[in-house]
Amino acid sequence: MPEIVKRRKALSVSPLKASATIGAALAFLGIRRAIPMLHGSQGCTAFGKVFFVRHFREPIPLQTTAIDQVSAIMGSDEMVVEGLRTLCEKSAPDLIGVPTTGLVETQGADIRRAVHLFRQTYPQFDATPVVPVSTPDFSGSMESGYAAATQAILETLVPPATAAGTRPGRRRQVNVLAGSHLTPGDLEHLEELIELFGLRPLILPNLSDSLDGHLPETDYSPLTLGGTIVEELRTLGDALATLVIGDSMQASADELAARTGVPDFRFAHLMGLDAVDRLIATLAEIAAVEVPPRIERQRAQLQDAMLDCHFMLGMSRFAIAADPDLLVGLSQMLAGVGAETVVAVTPANAPALANLVCDQVKIGDLEDLEIGARARDAEVLIANSHALHTSQRLGIPLLRAGFPQYDLVGGYQRTWIGYQGTRSTLFDLANLLLSLEKGAIHPYRSRLKQWPAEGSRGDLGEAA
Amino acid sequence: MKPRDISALLDEPACAHNQKAKSGCARPKPGATAGGCAFDGAQIALLPIGDVAHIVHGSIACAGSSWDNRGTCSSGPNLYRIGMTTDLTEQDVIMGRGEKRLFHSIKQAIDSYRPAAVFVYNTCVPALTGDDIETVCKEAAKRWGTPVVPIDAAGFYGTKNLGNRIAGESMVKYVCGGREPDALPEGIEREGFRVHDVCLIGEYNIAGELWQVLPLLDELGLRVLCTLSGDARFREVQTMHRSEVNMMVCSKAMINVARKLEEAFGTAWFEGSFYGVQDVSQALRDFARLIGDPDLTARTQALIVREEARMQAALEPWRARLAGRKVLLYTGGVKSWSVVSALQDLGMKVVATGTRKSTEDDKARIRELMGADALMIEEGNPRLLIDLVRRQQVDILIAGGRNMYTALKARIPFLDINQEREFAYAGYDGMLELARQLCLTLESPVWESVRRPPPWTRPLTHQPETATRDGPAALGVASMTSALEASHA
Repeated sequence: MPEIVKRRKALSVSPLKASATIGAALAFLGIRRAIPMLHGSQGCTAFGKVFFVRHFREPIPLQTTAIDQVSAIMGSDEMVVEGLRTLCEKSAPDLIGVPTTGLVETQGADIRRAVHLFRQTYPQFDATPVVPVSTPDFSGSMESGYAAATQAILETLVPPATAAGTRPGRRRQVNVLAGSHLTPGDLEHLEELIELFGLRPLILPNLSDSLDGHLPETDYSPLTLGGTIVEELRTLGDALATLVIGDSMQASADELAARTGVPDFRFAHLMGLDAVDRLIATLAEIAAVEVPPRIERQRAQLQDAMLDCHFMLGMSRFAIAADPDLLVGLSQMLAGVGAETVVAVTPANAPALANLVCDQVKIGDLEDLEIGARARDAEVLIANSHALHTSQRLGIPLLRAGFPQYDLVGGYQRTWIGYQGTRSTLFDLANLLLSLEKGAIHPYRSRLKQWPAEGSRGDLGEAA
Repeated sequence: MKPRDISALLDEPACAHNQKAKSGCARPKPGATAGGCAFDGAQIALLPIGDVAHIVHGSIACAGSSWDNRGTCSSGPNLYRIGMTTDLTEQDVIMGRGEKRLFHSIKQAIDSYRPAAVFVYNTCVPALTGDDIETVCKEAAKRWGTPVVPIDAAGFYGTKNLGNRIAGESMVKYVCGGREPDALPEGIEREGFRVHDVCLIGEYNIAGELWQVLPLLDELGLRVLCTLSGDARFREVQTMHRSEVNMMVCSKAMINVARKLEEAFGTAWFEGSFYGVQDVSQALRDFARLIGDPDLTARTQALIVREEARMQAALEPWRARLAGRKVLLYTGGVKSWSVVSALQDLGMKVVATGTRKSTEDDKARIRELMGADALMIEEGNPRLLIDLVRRQQVDILIAGGRNMYTALKARIPFLDINQEREFAYAGYDGMLELARQLCLTLESPVWESVRRPPPWTRPLTHQPETATRDGPAALGVASMTSALEASHA
């Protein structure tokens, strides 16, 4: 278990953390025909919108309760009620998520009471689900906010089995509680794997259906273009099993299990041979079928890649900055090929960090990453796009992972998980290491050799 | 910041919106609001000052999702690209430790990065808990011997526009007049060539476009004491009070700075734009007119004649490709007319323009340029814009980056004209880049491809004459462009 070094300095420099508030917004963006409305001043939403637009290169539905001077002092319940009414009237969404910000939590706003007030005032919108969640940005990070919103969705929209009459195993369905470290590309791959076993996946939240970057036939929508269908949340209780991906989703998993009685299988991540083996074995057991040959082939491909890449990756030194689940997954995958995580930085503490494969993890920022990488001679960085300047100053390559990735196209679609995703990550990392030309020895010119002085006859330049 | 101070900032006598009952700074509506907050506006306005440590005092959402995300460029220091925030925790908020953390943060920034100055931006949470950032800044400046400037612009004070003004106000109040300008280098001034000091207010050096304008000003003998704030240094801002003429570039956002400098130092100012051949020339003429140096006037006239002739020839091939193409322009303020004239210069037809942030003067100029029946869009939600594009058979939508992916989803050619863009359109040479980017998207083969349905589907709207062909009618987006329209006739 690594030593966890807490924040000691006053100023955060080159922040790694994204807020819990926009983490919650991201979870709501994985629901079909939904819109998150951040309860705070309008800038919280404007910044969040630009953050996601640049990462996904998609229009992002996001609204605000637009707290101003008056409501900041006199109370903001009215703004929530008015905002919800406006959204219901204008676009009749299937779900409205209401994450809170630091501003209204400092003010002491009670978001549940405000939603209750909305229900009393406008009963005509009773059919529109509203999911409030407390996610002040002075606590936690993107990952914890996303997890809290997912839990709130379950609490609001999944009825207890006794009330709804659901029965585990009635459908050949597998629920997936998908953590925030999974990209749309990851979720798409996971869906395919589950389908290969003849099972029906139901992913919550499903970013692979909303933010996978597809060109729809409809020309404009003020709401999400896809995602988990709200109606289908009722069927979660009829599933054969639930897969939980990411340690951050533990509380959501407990909630779902308590409500439905559906057995669950929990995974910290799905990167590296061991983790994927466990996933495939679990799916085979749930479906009670043989593992399809195609998957066995993919496994054999990964094993071959591990052999090919271990020459470059063995004893190589990585510095990683990411939210806890992603950090744990990467460090375990790297350890599986003999690579070392010499620097690990994460924006907020989490129980998952106990499973990191490294000596020490710092709760900190990209400045901490830079100082650590320099001190411990890291060879490759893994972090978000903000670390580009860090990597340039250090003079070492960067593999982009996590949020935000704004300086390349398609980062959101990269597949990291499964045998295939692991294989391509290993290839990319090995290639970055090859580019360092580590084995190259500087030419040595002996003073005793009978060679002509440099620049005289016989040089290539002369010959050409 | 006290309500009284905020009202004083909202009451801007030099702003044309002031005369109307509907203020430019109306209360935002919950559930139907777009755009940034006062903190956003303040940060945007000052962040390009490159050698300053910009500390955001607040919880993580303010800096965490906004640092280093602008297209503004620096020719020297890159300190402005490093995000700094006090990243307040729950404990800080509950225990009231914000001020203490800020004080130590300022020390840390000075120790680690040796900035020319530190700017501290207040945000919602510490504004609500009542942190006295002005006093902390004053104490820190005294203790560490580096200027520390408070920018009290918490998000809930109001809109982005208000934030711009607060930022400008802080510069006038705390920084301008801090020192005298450097002496001119030897051998620049000579008989018949006197150098005049000017400032550009509201120019942010997006994509480095300021560097396409500065050579012109150098040639004329106009020394830019300071640009507020593109590619600026703290020591330049300190000398703004010595400017002879200030130019408000393409924006009313910091109009209070021009007015205050006029009140305090009698500096003349004018509003202008560097977009479009006509406007660049006009801006140069305005400098000469207000300075009133006959040599300068003669030099300016000669430069304009030379550059316009050069541009006339350089733009000719582009005009042939762009002539008659229809544009829908959705942007605000001065840009609503300054870009219109630039596009008309290229032979394009502007069918409508957004006037959400424009003044009555701006609108009068639009009518002058586009004719009395010019279509003005006051309130532009995405649905309305798309419908207008279809109805008017517009070829390209020109707007801010936030609308970009909305336009692309509707398969509408798009050009980004706002702050996040990657190309420089200012100055004479900026017009060439603008023409190139317009052609690049308009003439791209992708538009036909994305409108074409898969060959194995039948058209949704059954038309006998198109049923056997793969026409764009199948998607119900037939009237996208006149070219495609023609292929159906």
